[in-house]
Amino acid sequence: MEYFAKSYDVAVIGAGHAGIEAALASARLGASTVVFAVNLDSIGNMPCNPSIGGTSKGHLVREIDALGGETGKAADKTQIQTRMLNMGKGPAVHSLRAQIDRREYSKYMKHALEKQEGLDVKQAEIVALSRNGDGEWLLKTKLDAVYSAKCVILATGTFLGGRIYIGEISYESGPDGMFPATELSASLKKLGIPLRRFKTGTPSRVNRRSVDFSVLEKQEDGETDTRFSFCTEGRAENKSYCYIAYTNDETKKVILENLDRSPMYSGKIEGVGPRYCPSFEDKIVRFPDKKRHQFFIEPCGLDTEELYLQGMSSSLPEDVQLKFLRTIKGLENVEVMRTAYAIEYDCVDPLALKPTLEFLDLPGLFGAGQFNGSSGYEEAAAQGLVAGINACRKVKGLGQLVLDRSTSYIGTLIDDLVTKGCMDPYRMMTSRSEYRLLLRQDNADIRLTPIGHEIGLISDERYESFLNKKRLIKEETERVAKTTIHLSEELQRLLVSKGTAPLEKGVRLIELIRRPQLSYEDLAPFDSDRPDLPGEIFEQVEIELKYEGYIKRQQAQINEMKRLEVKLLPEDINYNKIDGLRLEAREKLSKIRPVNVGQASRISGVSPSDISVLLIWLSKKEREEKSNA
Amino acid sequence: MSTIAAISTGQAAGGIGIVRISGENAVPVADRIFESVSGVKLEKLKGYRAAFGKVKSEKGFIDEAVALVFRAPKSYTGEDVVEISCHGGLLVTKQVLRAALSNGAEAAAPGEFTKRAFLNGKIDLTRAEAVMDIIGAKSEQSEQAAFQTLEGSLFNKINKISLFLKGLAASLAAWVDYPDEEIDDISDEELLEKIESADGELRELIAGFDTGRIVTQGVETAIIGRPNVGKSTLMNMLSGYEKSIVTSVAGTTRDIVEESVSLGGIILHLADTAGLHETDDTVEKIGVDRTKKRTQRATLILAVFDSSEQLNEEDEKIFELCRGKNAVAVINKTDLEPKLNAEIINNNFKNVVYISAKNNSGIKELEQSVEKLLGTEGFDTSSAMLNNERQLACCKQAQESLAQAAEGLRAGITRDAINVNIDVAIEALDTLTGEKATESVVNEIFSRFCVGK
Repeated sequence: MEYFAKSYDVAVIGAGHAGIEAALASARLGASTVVFAVNLDSIGNMPCNPSIGGTSKGHLVREIDALGGETGKAADKTQIQTRMLNMGKGPAVHSLRAQIDRREYSKYMKHALEKQEGLDVKQAEIVALSRNGDGEWLLKTKLDAVYSAKCVILATGTFLGGRIYIGEISYESGPDGMFPATELSASLKKLGIPLRRFKTGTPSRVNRRSVDFSVLEKQEDGETDTRFSFCTEGRAENKSYCYIAYTNDETKKVILENLDRSPMYSGKIEGVGPRYCPSFEDKIVRFPDKKRHQFFIEPCGLDTEELYLQGMSSSLPEDVQLKFLRTIKGLENVEVMRTAYAIEYDCVDPLALKPTLEFLDLPGLFGAGQFNGSSGYEEAAAQGLVAGINACRKVKGLGQLVLDRSTSYIGTLIDDLVTKGCMDPYRMMTSRSEYRLLLRQDNADIRLTPIGHEIGLISDERYESFLNKKRLIKEETERVAKTTIHLSEELQRLLVSKGTAPLEKGVRLIELIRRPQLSYEDLAPFDSDRPDLPGEIFEQVEIELKYEGYIKRQQAQINEMKRLEVKLLPEDINYNKIDGLRLEAREKLSKIRPVNVGQASRISGVSPSDISVLLIWLSKKEREEKSNA
Repeated sequence: MSTIAAISTGQAAGGIGIVRISGENAVPVADRIFESVSGVKLEKLKGYRAAFGKVKSEKGFIDEAVALVFRAPKSYTGEDVVEISCHGGLLVTKQVLRAALSNGAEAAAPGEFTKRAFLNGKIDLTRAEAVMDIIGAKSEQSEQAAFQTLEGSLFNKINKISLFLKGLAASLAAWVDYPDEEIDDISDEELLEKIESADGELRELIAGFDTGRIVTQGVETAIIGRPNVGKSTLMNMLSGYEKSIVTSVAGTTRDIVEESVSLGGIILHLADTAGLHETDDTVEKIGVDRTKKRTQRATLILAVFDSSEQLNEEDEKIFELCRGKNAVAVINKTDLEPKLNAEIINNNFKNVVYISAKNNSGIKELEQSVEKLLGTEGFDTSSAMLNNERQLACCKQAQESLAQAAEGLRAGITRDAINVNIDVAIEALDTLTGEKATESVVNEIFSRFCVGK
């Protein structure tokens, strides 16, 4: 029999990477919050790769940290190997990536939730969601408990309507052998939420004892001092390594011979898979000329022998999986512990959301993570954080947080989702940001800590130390502009050896730092008054100076973009009544309901002429309002 | 808002041409290219004040002009505006515009002044539309032509370069976003080669702009010579050559008769000048001075000599005027007994043509000679060609960004920055072709109409 259990300000459905950040942010900002998970042992689980970060995802994690999120701290605490990717390709694309001890990570996050004041953690499957007469949300659990909440955040990941496919076999399931959430979808559909099916996949896990490492390449490059969290001190200790292996002709042959047994190719799976993370059989079919495929063997933790085969996700039958794995050099005797699978799940068309991640038509209901059509732990956590902040602020009657594209990858990610939508699981990439020379991982704190502090997720103490860092950067920048470096034989020798022009007379230090060939470090012997400062200070000064011209140009682009961002479009516009809009634009604008003209201009199908019609309409309206006032 | 500039008078040879500069930096930009006679900077002037002076570029003096300063919000656009009124003639006005563009102003998009006036609340919608209707009616034909070109070869060419760059950007992006995948790294040399090849194609387009303009817009031509050598006769011959397109410009206040005629494929904007000779007569002197100035500004000079008379001192002065210019010596009256020393002419002119107005001969030779001189010989009118200053500005932006990429690559700048250069170039090209639905709000209503108003 149904019973009323408890009232909350904010309820979060799901305790994966999105749900965790959402629940913590909401509770930390003072909303009474509850988070539900189908299985509490799956909190912060990594059902796919045992790693955090990577290209642009590393940026996301550092941004989450700068705003006061937990992901970076947890990753730093539980990392077993940390690398900086893309060294040498330029600071804008340096990306931090860490192998994570996945059990430890999950434990850390579960405990973080448990310890949090104002947050209840409950194991329960939510089977129905509805609204009562007061506009409050009611959540019913499978055990007939009813909770009420002013705001609800859907962070259901691959649990919602989850169905696993392995060859000819398929069954309802959540990720990693968890129970799925099978009943909630029906009630979401009843609310008018446009659900659709996406799919993703994961490779098999194998036992370390069954792998012959003597014939594999060990990956060792990219060591770094940088950590995900701006609060973590000390260098990461590398406790484990990844290995590189290659498929061959034989592997390909096995795949091709068994393609008819793949649910993807036999048409059983209707869900759309991620273009950016194809299954291995997909790669074979799409790139038939490629002789071999490289993949990575990654540790899942320190106290487990399970290894993850990155790049080998598959939904072929179990026997075929074993057969193709054993064609690979080093894996001839491999023993599989968990079989690779594809999983199909329900998610929403994110065009139904506002840039705050609240539903356009369902006040108080928010979406985050894979539910919104994204893929990846980091993308999920970023949205969870924003949804959690906004749900809490809504309850408190405060303004909503929208990060625009020029502030962050988080802002870019959300803007892409709610403005352009996605046809397959959305993965973050550096190339998605037009402002990427400004949105670097090294300056995430400078970009976002003030916002985190204003919202209330960054403590005064941390903010003080941030301001101190900014002061040091400013002072050092001023110092190098003033410091003169005198001519010396050693200096000339250095310049020539670095392939840059020797000097004719002494110069300001700043001029030498600007030269791409010279590093801050190189110039140390000639810079006798250099203060003893943390490396991150020198790093900021160096990057800002070396890329000054580019940074200024990007800033100009941003200013141009802002001109349209400040032109707000009222929520209740009837686009059908605006003369001059083309039909397609009318439909898209009515559906997406952009917040401002800038967002409208990024909608595909809205042309420059439609934008001018909007501008004209806005201006006319303003004039009318003025004359009426 | 950025500072924009455009020619705001019609694109035909007229009495006065106005270049309008509008935006935050309108006055500083104008100060960089304008020197008032009194030495007063425009910056010091209040709104609605004018100054007389000279317009200059890096290459030197362009024209005498009046600069009129408007202060925001009391101007057409509601921003700071400077209007520089210079002597008519497309080439001069264009030189003034280019000087403004290379000193901090951006080329105004079609209809942008009106758009700004509208956005700044200076005019309401109906007025904006009315203004645009008026402008639109005048330039319909040329817009039509521009549209066809956009659809055709220019569009294809720009699109091809843009696609090429997109491919390059995509492979750089894949290389960055998938560092662990086996994605072939493009070598610096290969990258540089690709960037430079696109850069080269854009440079070619930009270089062809002036030639293209000559073909589509015509060329300022001065006919000079001693009195009675047959300047007017030559003019009449040219006018008669293709009567249908001759249009005489009404209301000119000068002693220079202007006509536009077609010589082969090229439109010549002709000025039949007062005869060049020393005079004490004040009125006549003014005429002679004007002739000299006009000659200095002209892109093409047709210097007429009388075959039946010997050269004298005044002809020397003509040689002087023609030195370093695109000039053709036209020897008239070849039906009479020749007395002229051809050798002296040949020493002073690379191009010499013999005509007889009476026999109506020699025009074909003149045509060939002019084509050769202006580089329009063999010019393929169906080839890709930039049509206006806006397209030129987009193309230049793309080209400069690529040049920067190449320079950065050679200097050792990392590829994240090079990649952004390429993105900017792609964006500029897509803006040119109208592919890009952008922040920069090129909008149809406003863009259907010509640059300027």
